[in-house]
Amino acid sequence: MAQHYSIQSATDPPPDKRKRMPRTRSPRKTPIASKSEAGSRPVAAIEIHEPAQQAEQSTAALPDSEILARAQAGDHHAFAHLYSLHKRRIYSLCLRMVGNVAEAEDLTQEAFLQLHRKIATFRGDSAFSTWLHRLSINVVLMHLRKKGLPLTSLDEAMEPSFDDGPGRSFGAPDLSLTGSIDRLALERAVGALPAGYRLIFVLHDVEGFEHNEIAAMLDCSVGNSKSQLHKARLKLRDALRISLRQGGRG
Amino acid sequence: MNHDPKSMSCQEFQEQLPDLIGSGADLASHPHLQSCDLCRALLHDLETIAEAARQLFPIQQPEDALWDRIESAIRKEEGSQPEAE
Repeated sequence: MAQHYSIQSATDPPPDKRKRMPRTRSPRKTPIASKSEAGSRPVAAIEIHEPAQQAEQSTAALPDSEILARAQAGDHHAFAHLYSLHKRRIYSLCLRMVGNVAEAEDLTQEAFLQLHRKIATFRGDSAFSTWLHRLSINVVLMHLRKKGLPLTSLDEAMEPSFDDGPGRSFGAPDLSLTGSIDRLALERAVGALPAGYRLIFVLHDVEGFEHNEIAAMLDCSVGNSKSQLHKARLKLRDALRISLRQGGRG
Repeated sequence: MNHDPKSMSCQEFQEQLPDLIGSGADLASHPHLQSCDLCRALLHDLETIAEAARQLFPIQQPEDALWDRIESAIRKEEGSQPEAE
């Protein structure tokens, strides 16, 4: 089936591009990045360049179900609209899970590429947003596996030591996390967690998945998921207590 | 291991804590916590962290140029595939 791309000159940059601060990006050679950045500029991209915002306008009056149906039928405008509707949530999810802007962008790209490949198979058994969310999580997990994080044996992957265990909490409760937690300090602490701990913590405490769902996603036991989450929280507690002792510095 | 909650040591309680928390049970009335300030403070901290996590990481916007990359990659994929019937 022929695609319904509208033609726009590549010399007309999308207006939204001008508002963005340029960001220095280091070269990335992850498997995902190589998909999008390898080789020279494809000719087709010059011929059909179209900002997602413009596509969104052309389908703005349609209900979400119609946008989805059109995207499933191969309508590029509708797919661009879907991107506009879901990009923030998917990008934020990727960013939480990997803690790195460049990787999160690559993973968002890969998630929407996968969506483009698979959207026709969506049958509506769950909400589309839930389906896309799961698809995106799988993209991130696949990426982490490629990076060498052995998600099937998280205990070993997290460099466990006796310090990680509960015994560490036996010291005097000199500094309890009373009141509200400094959100920035907590975000920093989550960002500093080992990748596997961060993954479990984000999936459970931030994204709201249950342990049995996480266990299925990561191919580990429910007990393992609970244990890793507990250790992640203990590590965060330690980091926050240190932050408190230092008076919030650093 | 001592499974009697009343005479549980801190270590024993904390070893069971992942399962206890994961069970979703209300731990406030757990016998060990009735007499242990340290473990009560620990549980409070962990609950505070879990609660704060829900407010973490506000939704963020990807760079606008990301759509250009995605669109370009889609076209590249389509260009490398035979025309669908």
